[in-house]
Amino acid sequence: MKQTPFHSLHQDAGAKFGPFAGYDMPLFYPLGILKEHQHTRERAGLFDISHMVHIAVEGPQAAALIGRACPYEPAKQAIGSGKYSFFLNDKGGIEDDLIVSRLGEERFLIVANAGCAEKDVAHITALSKDFDVTVTVLPRAFLALQGPQAEAVLERAGIAVAAMEFMTVAEPRAGWFVSRSGYTGEDGFEIGLPVDQGEALARTLLADEAVEWIGLGARDSLRLEAGLPLYGQDLSDTITPHEAGLIWAIPKPLREAGDYIGAAALASAIAAGRRRKRIGLTPRERVPVRAGARLMNASGEAIGSVTSGGFGPTVGGPVALGLVTMDGDEGAIFADVRGKQIEMEKAALPFAPHRYKR
Amino acid sequence: MSKTYYTDEHEWLAIDGDVATVGITHYAQEQLGDLVFVELPDVGRSVAKGEDAVVVESVKAASDVYAPVDGEITEVNEALSSDPALVNSSAEGDGWLFRMKLSDLSQLDGLMDKAGYDAHIA
Repeated sequence: MKQTPFHSLHQDAGAKFGPFAGYDMPLFYPLGILKEHQHTRERAGLFDISHMVHIAVEGPQAAALIGRACPYEPAKQAIGSGKYSFFLNDKGGIEDDLIVSRLGEERFLIVANAGCAEKDVAHITALSKDFDVTVTVLPRAFLALQGPQAEAVLERAGIAVAAMEFMTVAEPRAGWFVSRSGYTGEDGFEIGLPVDQGEALARTLLADEAVEWIGLGARDSLRLEAGLPLYGQDLSDTITPHEAGLIWAIPKPLREAGDYIGAAALASAIAAGRRRKRIGLTPRERVPVRAGARLMNASGEAIGSVTSGGFGPTVGGPVALGLVTMDGDEGAIFADVRGKQIEMEKAALPFAPHRYKR
Repeated sequence: MSKTYYTDEHEWLAIDGDVATVGITHYAQEQLGDLVFVELPDVGRSVAKGEDAVVVESVKAASDVYAPVDGEITEVNEALSSDPALVNSSAEGDGWLFRMKLSDLSQLDGLMDKAGYDAHIA
């Protein structure tokens, strides 16, 4: 199994490890998932996200290649900004969800999911043959610092980020990449840097009394409360951005026509109307209703399934995301948990309010 | 005098006559992390050794706890409904899961004592 540049620091911190996307990753630390979750909401949580892949796309036709691969207009993207987007297949299904940052006129950086890294790199490399660009996978240490005190911690560490807004990006030092974004619903930053500088930065940040290591367990409960989808659970190659409730990420004109991969299929899917949609759900009982649980209406007819579910520490109860038929949520909704029917209430997303700096 | 036995599925049984108080070990709760829900069996249910008896749910996942021996559930720890974290703070004390009347005391012979269990998890 692969290890990130921070593996021995996690061991020193007493982490419990588990496999994730081919990496041996920290699931939780002695603090425990509940306290790690709350710590992130109240102060600043440090996450090792080095399993994610950084793909640099550079050259005179970098914007053109990105515009072929992703459903947005990179030529119009401001330098110093990040854009949430997708790789789609020719059926309009989501192959991966990712963030593309524009670092210069001819320089873009794609940060994509660990579980999709291999296919993403193969995909963009194959596409790049028709464009005057170079595609490079960057070896990087990658940390996220999330929570209301994240900005102050980085400033104390000598990294000037106070002027940045949500979804802006900067390169404060050679080989460094900082984005004001994250996967928790909180204000925060993601910081990529050369592998051999990672440990020193982590040690500096951990020396700040506001900072604790946070594992993948709390990363999942934080993103779930924030209503943020997880690729492989809430999103897949058979789910369109439209069905996933992510059509906002695609500029209006491109929903009807475009040159990107999947444009025609997506346009006809939109014209035909969605057959299913992603919704928030809260069980009426204390029992967590987890991914895979079948959802049905009052007559017992299948209406879909839970795609992510668990306990929301900030909400103080179980929360879930479901993919259901368009009219499936008109009446009562029940989930099957170990043979018991648990009534589910429809809930607005996010479960915990976003606190981004805009 | 009660005697405590351990299983290789990380449960403990404190025996008093033909009644066992059953819980998961301190080691097991450490592996699971913070518990947020415990689904207890119905009192009066007969269970066979190895059958699912309890579901303990951490933030991250649900895990089954098996009946360690044959018997009938006589009591469950109602305190866990409102405070599942008792299993974390006191796995081998106030965080017990259920009591059962044993149908075959000889099944205890196959279980470990404290020293045996400590060696098992070492």
